[in-house]
Amino acid sequence: MAKLENTEVSPRLAKNLRRNVLERCIEFGLLCSGMFAIFITLAIIYILVSEAIPFFQHVSLYDFLTDTVWTPNYSIKHYGIMALVSGTLTTTFIALLVAVPLGTITAIYLSEFATHKVRETIKPVLELLVGVPTVVFGYFALMLVTPLLQKIYPDLTTFNMLGPGIVMGIMIVPYIASVAEDAMRAVPMAMREGSYAMGATRFQTAVKVITPAAISGIIAAYILAISRAVGETMIVAIAAGQQPNFTFNPVESAATITSYIVSVALGDLEHDGIGFQSIFAAGLTLLIMTLMFNIIGHAVRKKYAERY
Amino acid sequence: MANDKKVDIENNLTLIRSLIAKHKRHDHIFAGVGMFVIISLTITLLVLFLDLVFDGYPRFNLDFLTNFPSRRATAAGILSAWVGSSLVLIVTFFAAVPLGIAAGVYLEEYAKKNWFSDLIEINVTNLAGVPSIIYGLLALGLFVYGFGLGQTILTAGLTLALLMLPIVIVATREAIRAIPIHIREAAYAVGATKWQVSLHHVIQYSYGGILTGVIIGMARAIGETAPVITIGALTFIAFLPPSPVGLEPPFINFEWLEAGFTVLPIQMFNWISRPQMAFHVNAAATGAIIILLTLLMNGLAIKIRYNIRKKIKW
Repeated sequence: MAKLENTEVSPRLAKNLRRNVLERCIEFGLLCSGMFAIFITLAIIYILVSEAIPFFQHVSLYDFLTDTVWTPNYSIKHYGIMALVSGTLTTTFIALLVAVPLGTITAIYLSEFATHKVRETIKPVLELLVGVPTVVFGYFALMLVTPLLQKIYPDLTTFNMLGPGIVMGIMIVPYIASVAEDAMRAVPMAMREGSYAMGATRFQTAVKVITPAAISGIIAAYILAISRAVGETMIVAIAAGQQPNFTFNPVESAATITSYIVSVALGDLEHDGIGFQSIFAAGLTLLIMTLMFNIIGHAVRKKYAERY
Repeated sequence: MANDKKVDIENNLTLIRSLIAKHKRHDHIFAGVGMFVIISLTITLLVLFLDLVFDGYPRFNLDFLTNFPSRRATAAGILSAWVGSSLVLIVTFFAAVPLGIAAGVYLEEYAKKNWFSDLIEINVTNLAGVPSIIYGLLALGLFVYGFGLGQTILTAGLTLALLMLPIVIVATREAIRAIPIHIREAAYAVGATKWQVSLHHVIQYSYGGILTGVIIGMARAIGETAPVITIGALTFIAFLPPSPVGLEPPFINFEWLEAGFTVLPIQMFNWISRPQMAFHVNAAATGAIIILLTLLMNGLAIKIRYNIRKKIKW
């Protein structure tokens, strides 16, 4: 026994000791990487709030939420976020009018009608559509879609919310299609077979059995789409004009929250100026809006989730 | 009486038959509509691409790649933009990939199922849903002014790395989850430590899936515009950052990290915003290059994933 106490650690164990220490260090490093996600979230909240606080010392929260004029560059400054929110909501609404029907039809078709081969060919195409950069979609909206719309409706101005809204809709179709399709494919085969055994057609099964069963996932897809559309920047910055305008009329030009941030960032920024702080207040509003939609989406999915 | 009943049944039969025919018709109509929608989407993607190619056709020559932006549209090129994009992507790659893989490995292999790992998971999902421009604001407040990094390539690369991180984490986790437990058990049985199992087996075998995520993330980073504008990237750059590799020792320098820069999508945005049509041609040509790059990268990612699915049978 005494002999053992005298020897320090046997070479084999020493190696193990080093090995164990190394293991712990690595585990700690990995843990830090994992925690980085939490740091980013906290940093986002901290930066937005800390820069927005001085802004709200200048502008009361009441004015911010109820004023309908946004004129940070005029001599009489108004900071009514509603002028930007109206643009955001209008373009989002148009995008949803396009994306919800198209996305749902695509999802039902891919999940219930398409053969295996068709599905395997179509899904990569949808993925490619997701990969198209938004600045390219912006060009598409300004140079192709708006001129086309002007042929139908000649009074349309070059910058309007209709064109970018439609293009944004096309952009989010694949998001809706892929999430909704996953939800539909998760419905067990037995439910389809039951429906077919009763003599229902594919379409009846899709509409009356599969859709209700997958409704939580489908609604979650819609809400994901809303949150994408609300945060979309380049399409509206390029094609909707950047003039804040309290209107819900899609043929007028308007700024959204995101395009306002871009237009300020393109100019020279005075750090500490109220113009600089206003983009953080706008960003905070945007974050709260998207967060709200994400939470609602999560809650819907939880509440209506069918357990098989 | 019996005759009446027969007529009734026959009436019913025709009724049922017409009903069945109607429902079958609905089936066919919907199949037609579905096919039509999908074909229209595909055509939209094609039109989008071809429109850019046709509009930008006059600029497809070597000068466009080797010239700096200029006041004259025909003499302007995208040299500073593509060099800027490449350098920014190098920073993004080296920041996001190791961190993303490490986080993915931690969540799948190390983390115990408790409130803490749930918290990390919720954060990762949420970060994927945060609009990209918010990351731009974060970078503006934190990197540009908080850390005093300024409006440099380093800042832009780190900003895009934040955007890419959730994509890499999710891809890593999915790839790791596909590896069966007995691979790990075999490694443990011959005395490997947890890290050895993770590094030599788990990460090795999920390589393809991780690569797919990395490529998709990089493709997204190339086209990402809003956050880079928000941190204040310049739109008119007529110089190149210092070269990262030199001819004299130590051969590598890091001065380029602190250089001002522009990237391809910002150059395109700048040209679209000008009223002159001649600049719109430049914008279209730049757009064609961006979309070609992203389509190629996404296509490659899809191909890799397809090959993995076909090849690997555990």
